[in-house]
Amino acid sequence: MRIFLFIAALLAAPLCAPALSPLAPSEALALQPDEILKDPALEARAREISKELRCLVCQNQSIDDSDATLARDLRILVRDRLTAGDTDTEAVDFIVERYGDFVLLRPPFKNSTLILWIGPGVIFAIGIFGVTLWHRRRRVAVAAPVAPLSADERARVDAMLAEKPDQ
Amino acid sequence: MIAEIGHYAVVLAFMLSIAQGILPLIGAHRNDTALMGVAAPAACGQFMFVLIAFCALTYAYVVSDFSVALVAQTSHTLKPMLYKVSGVWGNHEGSMLLWILILALFGLMVARFGRNLPAGLRARVLGIQGLIGIGFLAFLLFTSNPFLRLDPAPFEGQGLNPLLQDPGLAFHPPFLYLGYVGFSMAFSFAVAALIEGRVDPAWARWVRPWTLVAWTALTIGIALGSWWAYYELGWGGWWFWDPVENASFLPWLVGTALLHSALVVERRDTLKSWTILLAIIAFGMSLLGTFLVRSGLLTSVHTFATDPERGVFILGLLIVVIGGSLVLYAIRAPMLKGGGLFAPVSREGALVLNNLLLATATAVVFLGTLYPLALDAIGGGKVSVGAPFFNATFVPLMVPLLIACPVGAMMAWKRGDLPGVVGRLKVAVGLALLVVLATVMIDGNTDIVAALAMGVAAWLVGGAAVDLAERTGLFRISLSDTLRRAANLPRSAWGTAIAHSALGIMVAGITASSSWQTERIQIVRPGDTVELAGYEVTFKGAGNVPGPNYTALRGTFELTANGRRVTMLYPEKRDYPAEKSSTTEAAIHTTPIADVYVVLGDSDGKGGWATRIYHNPLVPWIWAGAIFMAIGGMVSLSDRRLRVGAPKRAARKTPVAEAA
Amino acid sequence: MLRPLTLIPVAVFAVLAVVFAVYLWQVGPGGKDISKIPSAMINKPAPQFDLKPIANLPARLKIPGLKTADLKGGVSLVNVWASWCPPCRIEHPVLMNLAQQGVTIYGINYKDKPEDATRFLDQLGNPFKKVGVDNTGRTAIDWGVYGYPETFVVDASGHIRYRHVGQIYPHQLESLILPLLKQAAQPVTDSSKAGSAGAGGS
Repeated sequence: MRIFLFIAALLAAPLCAPALSPLAPSEALALQPDEILKDPALEARAREISKELRCLVCQNQSIDDSDATLARDLRILVRDRLTAGDTDTEAVDFIVERYGDFVLLRPPFKNSTLILWIGPGVIFAIGIFGVTLWHRRRRVAVAAPVAPLSADERARVDAMLAEKPDQ
Repeated sequence: MIAEIGHYAVVLAFMLSIAQGILPLIGAHRNDTALMGVAAPAACGQFMFVLIAFCALTYAYVVSDFSVALVAQTSHTLKPMLYKVSGVWGNHEGSMLLWILILALFGLMVARFGRNLPAGLRARVLGIQGLIGIGFLAFLLFTSNPFLRLDPAPFEGQGLNPLLQDPGLAFHPPFLYLGYVGFSMAFSFAVAALIEGRVDPAWARWVRPWTLVAWTALTIGIALGSWWAYYELGWGGWWFWDPVENASFLPWLVGTALLHSALVVERRDTLKSWTILLAIIAFGMSLLGTFLVRSGLLTSVHTFATDPERGVFILGLLIVVIGGSLVLYAIRAPMLKGGGLFAPVSREGALVLNNLLLATATAVVFLGTLYPLALDAIGGGKVSVGAPFFNATFVPLMVPLLIACPVGAMMAWKRGDLPGVVGRLKVAVGLALLVVLATVMIDGNTDIVAALAMGVAAWLVGGAAVDLAERTGLFRISLSDTLRRAANLPRSAWGTAIAHSALGIMVAGITASSSWQTERIQIVRPGDTVELAGYEVTFKGAGNVPGPNYTALRGTFELTANGRRVTMLYPEKRDYPAEKSSTTEAAIHTTPIADVYVVLGDSDGKGGWATRIYHNPLVPWIWAGAIFMAIGGMVSLSDRRLRVGAPKRAARKTPVAEAA
Repeated sequence: MLRPLTLIPVAVFAVLAVVFAVYLWQVGPGGKDISKIPSAMINKPAPQFDLKPIANLPARLKIPGLKTADLKGGVSLVNVWASWCPPCRIEHPVLMNLAQQGVTIYGINYKDKPEDATRFLDQLGNPFKKVGVDNTGRTAIDWGVYGYPETFVVDASGHIRYRHVGQIYPHQLESLILPLLKQAAQPVTDSSKAGSAGAGGS
């Protein structure tokens, strides 16, 4: 539960909601030596999966980074599933079945996450479109004769550009 | 007594901000010099009073006056002096006061150095600053008064969150606020320009230095926060895409876009409407971050006693300030007429591309940060958006931006010559390819993506170097001529080159540390040695060590390379009895090319200790890059064309700059 | 003079402001707790498990172990608790009250020392018909538990109908738990309705 980042920490929040006790008595560092699998390939897969799963009792922290007991249990569970022969997807699905999409730090592409996933692309497309349109319009507009600055405006601009700074 | 003086000073500052927020705007509208003249003295007075209030609160912390409720809640007599002072802004109320102090400081600077601004513009800018001041001073007075008394006063304070008792985090908030509040200047100028209905190059020359100040400070602030996270949180990560981090990153992204688009307004008198919008959004993002962090909407599991009044108040402020200015923008922006034309392939075109990509990146971070909240608000269920999402969406957007950066920086205004620029950059291309090849050769696993990213880093540094070499005629003309040209080169050109190459340094650091980190997690007993990345780390033992307001469990490790001692490392676990919490202090051995990072974990009860040891290649480059970026900003700021006090000399352009 | 393009920013901001206002209102005093995560187990059959009773139970506390099959045949509450969890201690009188009203309550004792669990039940009373011991935390994970205590409403067919995270406050007895038990006694007719009940809770 050490993760509170900068300003969250600034606000000196108590560690957890009073009605909830997400911590078991002992507190430990994120990944523990005794959890690591002998098979490096399997362990590497477990690490990758762990980074994608949210520690439910922490704020925006993966189970790989978390000290919470539940995170440790989930890390061991992931390793057990992999050892038992699960594919990565099966191991993740096993946990999603119990905890829902909320455990996925990369939300699945669904109706409810449509705007999240396609929003940036749409914004980029609108941007490209807007810039093209603007550019084309500008070319047409400037092709037509441009009204020159009025004498008054001219004088003001000149004055502003020529004026020496006071200090 | 001192606390009452502080309270009274805040009230006076509030009164003055009302005068500053209303009279000059009326004066500017009626062209009434007397009313406009109220602005500057009011801004000076406001600063004086806020400063008095801030000093009063600091005094209460320094002498541990626990009759002030805030001090009792967040301080302790045993706390070292540095953290007594930094404790002033280590809480909601005090940090709000610091925020207001910085806002007043910016007002003072406009009043003091803005004498050569057109009188109307200056009055309007100060008036808008005054209006922002009204909002925040009212917020402080009515919902977050730091000077409330406690009766009876306790004998001892409850202490400050130990995570905040750290040099990195002590100075993180002032820089962050300097950045956030600094964008209020660009904002005030933007709104003043909308009221006046005109934006000209002189306007942009005024906005750029303020934006540079804010951007530089924010860069330092974010870097400090990330550095703190790196050494304090104990697993070698430095950026977590946490909503609170993102809240500070959003204004930075928009501010970066604003810096670049203001350049186009200044040099080419076009892109005005967009620049105004960016100025509004940059400050809007700063306010949004404040709202999210202080309303308690983001800190999901860490629910703390938030005062809903505060959230409502800041939301109201957000609606008035940002909503109001966006309405003004919708009405007035169509009046702003564009100036210079340019071909798509040109410096302007490149800067538009930069803005497009930065705007999209902002949208990604914005959506990712707020989507869970918005979905929950409309009853759509709970989702998590974490690092994997941002890495999958944000990073690909940065790739074209980074690749285009050196090309754009060398492109001519109006109409550029793409093949020509690429041809001139052939040295940088060669350097990049060399680095890719070298990386593939060194890294046996041939992580091709990482190798290419290292190439991009080299491309950025090389591109900036080529740009400087071209401008100074290096190797083409005599060295003395080159040096003379280098001395005459505008500081902003140096600043640009430094900041862009800093980006390259940072990319290299990010790539290397995330691709080639080595990690050893194990139980060690005294005498055990762990080998990693050419080092041997030997555990000597662990024992208790007292601290000023904590007790530490300290591990002793000897770091050797090829049998020769490099240094000793002392990671700690600290226990703070007053605050009833503990922190982990990693021991880090930093070299120019890597960190060795040791964390002490729990005892296994049988004489063994869980330890985590990391070798993080090039990780110091991340913060070195951030520092160079900030230095680039400061060098640019020292450019006479942009000097805060002398914006109008800008008509003078050096021939070298024009030739490039 | 208004152009649609320049209206986009203010429109986006308006949407945002409304979302924030709605959320602030929802989260406001007495509103929903944003830290609560909806259960993915609603309307699913209770997971398969077979847990041993608390070890070395004295004769005065005769509480058998718990397995999935026990949950069939009647509406019940399944409470995940531990003696080291302070909210569980505060919640306990509420469970005692429910048990006295004849509600069947099963317990899953999560990562606890048997002697501590025994002392806990000795001191505060035993509302549980059966208690299974989950030392590995695996069964808790199978239930999708993330905080303690958690309480599930299970219907007669052994399906999970509702999950409550955190302690049950005394005032929630009448307003929340008893109606839910009554509702769980009805056969599921409208699954979406049961689901929405499950998604709520505080």
